[in-house]
Amino acid sequence: MSNESIASVTHEPGSFEHTYQPKTAFTRWLDARLPVIRFAAHFMAMPTPRNIKYVWAFGAILAYFLVVQLYSGIILAMHYAPNSAIAFDSIEKLMRDTSYGWLMRYTHVVGASLFFFAVYIHMFRGMYYGSYKSPREVLWMIGVAIFLCMMATAFMGYSLVWGQMSFWAVTVITNLFSSFDSIYPGLGTAIVQWIWGGFSVDNPTLNRLFSLHYMVPFVLVALVALHVWALHVVGSNNPTGIEVRDVKKETLPFHPYFTTKDMFAIAAIAILFAYIVFWMPNYLGDVVNYEPANPLKTPPHIVPEWYFLPFYAILRAIPSKLGGVIAMFGAIVVLFFIPWLDTSRVRSCRYRPIFKWLFWVFVFDALALGYIGSQPAEGSWVFWGQVFTVYYFVHFLVLMPLVGLIETPSPMPESIEDDVKRKAKSTQPQAVPAE
Amino acid sequence: MATTIDDDQQGGINRRDFIYIGTAAFAAIGGAAAMWPLIDQWNPDASTLSLASIEVDLAPIQPGQAITVLWRGKPIFIRNRMPEEVEKAKAVDVKELKDPDAEVIGTANLPATDANRTKPGKEKWLVMIGICTHLGCIPKGQSAGDEKGPYGGWFCPCHGSAYDTSGRIRMGPAPRNMEIPPYRFVEDTKIKIG
Ligand code: HEM
Ligand code: FES
Repeated sequence: MSNESIASVTHEPGSFEHTYQPKTAFTRWLDARLPVIRFAAHFMAMPTPRNIKYVWAFGAILAYFLVVQLYSGIILAMHYAPNSAIAFDSIEKLMRDTSYGWLMRYTHVVGASLFFFAVYIHMFRGMYYGSYKSPREVLWMIGVAIFLCMMATAFMGYSLVWGQMSFWAVTVITNLFSSFDSIYPGLGTAIVQWIWGGFSVDNPTLNRLFSLHYMVPFVLVALVALHVWALHVVGSNNPTGIEVRDVKKETLPFHPYFTTKDMFAIAAIAILFAYIVFWMPNYLGDVVNYEPANPLKTPPHIVPEWYFLPFYAILRAIPSKLGGVIAMFGAIVVLFFIPWLDTSRVRSCRYRPIFKWLFWVFVFDALALGYIGSQPAEGSWVFWGQVFTVYYFVHFLVLMPLVGLIETPSPMPESIEDDVKRKAKSTQPQAVPAE
Repeated sequence: MATTIDDDQQGGINRRDFIYIGTAAFAAIGGAAAMWPLIDQWNPDASTLSLASIEVDLAPIQPGQAITVLWRGKPIFIRNRMPEEVEKAKAVDVKELKDPDAEVIGTANLPATDANRTKPGKEKWLVMIGICTHLGCIPKGQSAGDEKGPYGGWFCPCHGSAYDTSGRIRMGPAPRNMEIPPYRFVEDTKIKIG
């Protein structure tokens, strides 16, 4: 990028002055009536810390997958029949007879998996660098809401196939609500029958799941808009966790610097995406779902898709029905509160000698829960599921508040600039924007 | 009869306050009333509620055998129990049970004895809704080769709930005994469910 475009940026903290000047008669006319181009120019010039790493590209990757799911999903809906008698066959027909039907479906299936892969990296990134702390609490909480919506959407989408695993996953998960019977007799049963529209999972259930699977992604779009808005108000965090002090020295405008970087990351993920779609499209799925739903036969081993496994393990770890449900939802709800559960004033784990390790222990815990969720609930798996479930909550409810109070942070750079300069000295000289 | 500025300044109740409160109340009650049909349309519809009852002929079921029929979209387990299975079920002390209620649909606080879960004189027949009361899987134990679990009745492989020969919960996460549907004997070996 040429030096002039950087030089045109002012030194005011917090934002770059946007420099949009409508050049043609039409854009001048439009600018006076609906300044969308001005808005976009301002929006894309967001000052972004120049030291952010590639893990920061996962936000853009998530936006990419949202678009992929929307367009592939809308196409699938043109071929899919939401009726329990023919739903399964309509998907088989799509796969075998429709031109490129297999491609549309595998795009949607694998896209959902990679969407979750990206969201987990994105969330762990936020946890490691303390991106949930003031002033980014609302940004983080909207993120947790997005995660919830994604889970609801993926769950409902999976049910549409109306295979054995779809049917029994819906049966088991909707039955979670029957645990309310232990709060007030009959309440849970009434809720479950209301959800089903009958006395068992059946056609009315499938119809409403289809309608909602189409609708919730648009709620997701709205939440993403709020998420990005909140991001523009508080700005991106960065690997040092230190706030920007000097916009001119420490940040670069989002476009073109980070649009380029993000596009590169998206291209890399797209290659992985294509590889899975073309060479191993069913690798992440369960073969049992290629068997049509049979309400008289439960598969010997009900497992959700991989991205739900840690939560499924938590559900099964608790020996009481209501307790399991509370723990599973609690595992997500607790995420809303971590901005206040973490008592350390240091954001980035880079400067947190104790919590840095606890972060990795937590990652291990989440992976272990995922593995346990894929195993039958028998023998020692039950015990280990309980151990890792307890640790999951101990991490947030005990270690997070406690370690923040006792930990001595390691020496930190004065500022982002200081950190960047130190790094630059230790490697080779880097291009410095015009001063 | 105009409202004066004084009325507003004195903080007394004036016509504007009345209109605000009236409008808010109208919107709240009207909104709630309008919501109800939106919620209620999800409930089981008339055709689902009126699902006919079914008749099942028990004659072909040999001692020790079990069959599964579908009623209201739910599997109904019908087992012709061996005398020792009935004895085992009767020998259990209700106080030891996790769920002391017989769970016969349409009754309340009936002790979970085997007699209460069957029909008098027809104790060998156990007719129940074959749905695990944990999260709704269908327990194993209907077919000859199935694992029946440590209590010899049914075993739910989903999360490991074990039921005894009377379909009562004995071990695992399920909270309640499997339910007994409304049914009666219309002939010696024929029942009507529903
Ligand atoms: C947030 C975005 C979305 C996610 C995470 C998502 C996820 C899923 C998943 C996991 C499945 C099951 C795939 C399988 O095993 O076959 C599915 C199926 C389906 N989805 Fe989506 N979906 C999204 C958006 C949409 C949208 C916007 C539509 C538009 C109507 C849509 C339409 C469908 C249809 C028709 C199916 C059934 C066909 C099939 O399973 O191949 N999806 N979705
Ligand atoms: S559904 Fe039977 S044990 Fe969970």
